[in-house]
Amino acid sequence: MSTAIQQVGNYLDIFTEFAKNAAGQKLPWLRRLREEAFARFCETGFPTTHDEDWRFTNLAPVARTQFAFAKRTVTLAKTVLKPWTINGAATRLVFIDGRFAPELSDSAEFAGVQIASLKEQIAGNPGEVEGHLGKYADIQRDAFCALNAAFIEDGGYIRVRRGTVLEQPIHLLFVSTETDIATMSHPRNLVVFENESQGTVIEEYVSIGKGTALSNSVTELIAGENANVSHYMIEREHRDAFNVSTLRIQQARSANVASHSLLLGGGLVRNNVHPVLAGEGGECLINGLFVGAGRQHLDNYMYVEHAKAHCSSRQFYNGILDGHAHGVFHGRIIVHKDAQKTDAKQTNRNLLLSDDAQIDTKPQLEIYADDVKCTHGATIGQIEENALFYLQSRGIDETSARRLLLLAFASECLDRMRPGVAREHAERLIHEHLVSFAHHRSRTPAADQKERSWEEVG
Amino acid sequence: MSLLEIKNLHVTVGGHEILKGIDLTINAGEVHSIMGPNGSGKSTLAQVLARRQTYEVTLGEVLFNGKDLLAMKPEEAACEGVFLAFQYPVEIPGIGNTYFLRSALNAIHKYRGEDEVDAVDFLPMFREKLKLLEMDEKLMNRSVNEGFSGGEKKRNEILQMAVLEPKLAILDETDSGLDIDALRIVAKGVNAMRSPERAMLVVTHYQRLLNYIVPDFVHVLVDGRIVRSGGADLALELEEKGYGWIEDEARHVPASV
Repeated sequence: MSTAIQQVGNYLDIFTEFAKNAAGQKLPWLRRLREEAFARFCETGFPTTHDEDWRFTNLAPVARTQFAFAKRTVTLAKTVLKPWTINGAATRLVFIDGRFAPELSDSAEFAGVQIASLKEQIAGNPGEVEGHLGKYADIQRDAFCALNAAFIEDGGYIRVRRGTVLEQPIHLLFVSTETDIATMSHPRNLVVFENESQGTVIEEYVSIGKGTALSNSVTELIAGENANVSHYMIEREHRDAFNVSTLRIQQARSANVASHSLLLGGGLVRNNVHPVLAGEGGECLINGLFVGAGRQHLDNYMYVEHAKAHCSSRQFYNGILDGHAHGVFHGRIIVHKDAQKTDAKQTNRNLLLSDDAQIDTKPQLEIYADDVKCTHGATIGQIEENALFYLQSRGIDETSARRLLLLAFASECLDRMRPGVAREHAERLIHEHLVSFAHHRSRTPAADQKERSWEEVG
Repeated sequence: MSLLEIKNLHVTVGGHEILKGIDLTINAGEVHSIMGPNGSGKSTLAQVLARRQTYEVTLGEVLFNGKDLLAMKPEEAACEGVFLAFQYPVEIPGIGNTYFLRSALNAIHKYRGEDEVDAVDFLPMFREKLKLLEMDEKLMNRSVNEGFSGGEKKRNEILQMAVLEPKLAILDETDSGLDIDALRIVAKGVNAMRSPERAMLVVTHYQRLLNYIVPDFVHVLVDGRIVRSGGADLALELEEKGYGWIEDEARHVPASV
């Protein structure tokens, strides 16, 4: 318990300071949300590996680091951000160390679409966000959600009005910069797609320099009836960064949401995806690719809740791990009592490229309805020697052949994305990233034996 | 100079000696057939020539165009002109057939210092070969061999051979499992490729294929050794009498060094 108190001590000072000037602190509901969340975080502290949901991820490095908010002086030239431009995106909001940077952001406007920073929105028109903000992300169950809610202030606010279709993606770019202190940011995004609307949101996390940084983001995504939403989470920070992200999706009747996660960077990464199918006939695709090397730790935690009948969810996560990288796929499916005719599927496939790479994959099905279809399966293997020889026997050199096979494995995830700007962006990133994974490495014969797979129907 | 010279080739897999001293010379323009019972080492020979690394060569040498084939990686052997039509073609989900084949062709061109073939030049040539093998172009939009029938896979092997135009084509039991129509199509594709510059090594268990691809020489492989060589009529003799008599005969031949 002493560690929890020490952790909290540091955050208590920061919270006290934050609460003095935080945007919207005069709004009783917001003030209450922050205080309740902080109190909850004080109660729990950071989770340990004794917590079943954190069994495979040791948070000690996060807990023992004294993080602080970045000073407000960082100014960047717009050209610095050029490498992270998505050609064809509708508009881009840039956040530096968690704070909205209007001078680096686009100000394009679209009929029926409202795009702003959350801080501006809280200051200008808090009534619009009150109905949703903090209503879905669970501060009781999740310490990181609590910490985020305690420090709610800035992030992206997107509202797509009823029946509006926005073809091009909205890009939210979160940049952590190098400073002499360990910085933290708690981006909070609120994305509301009203009934019958359609669009794509890309959240992308990158870093400039090598500073120690924790990004702990929470996105509440509300999909109204018949809404059609694609969400991309792209992690490309440097290999010592801490990144915890939570995507909490609330789906109304017949809403169709696709969540695509692409974890390429980061040192210790936790990717929480928590959709609640809260209306009949909803469909949710939870698609992801995580690619790790060195000592990267990439933890994917899925918490898929079927609350109403006739909904379907599909989880597909592929992992490629090299070096000493450690991947986790923990897929929980909860089918509530009323969610009859649920159709839930979960597949996790992994390629281990080195003897020291590690994957923990764990399905967890909790079914309280009696007429449902739930399946899950996982595979762990290496690059197939037969396929490699086949390609080489046609003249393709070994490195190119390996790259082709890795791309083929990754393309399973790409194929599930709707064709367009966001998918092309993802495709480009994957192609560039996998080049360094294709070089030859010898494996011990014993390692080739450890292939296993399982598939069950529950 | 012969195209392929195999001298006293010994090959071991997992501690077991599979090939126990093979000598074989193939000249450009010739079609050789290797026949033999199951487990005699036919496929091992084919795979070693294509440079599969899981086989250990313990003795002997193989020259291809005067170069040391055994020092080559599979891709180098392919670029030098060796092609293996697989007994069990591999399915590779996620890699398109056409893309794969053009990548392979360009890898070979690059190795030889020739210009790359762009999609515009590739397509007409590719379509012509598809026609020769009576293959549906739609099949080519799919991933390599994925969901192909047995016959389609074997035709795809010959299609690849037709596009890559090797100097030495090794056909490893290409006839196994084919119905007579598919067999005719495959044979037509192979025969269209016979030329004075190209040699073929047809590995088969059955004589049937050799009715359609008539070899210049037939070699019988038993227990890792070539125990008899002859003309096309040797295949007919084997068909008639089976492998038993030749296996009996082989037991009385003293082992070579």
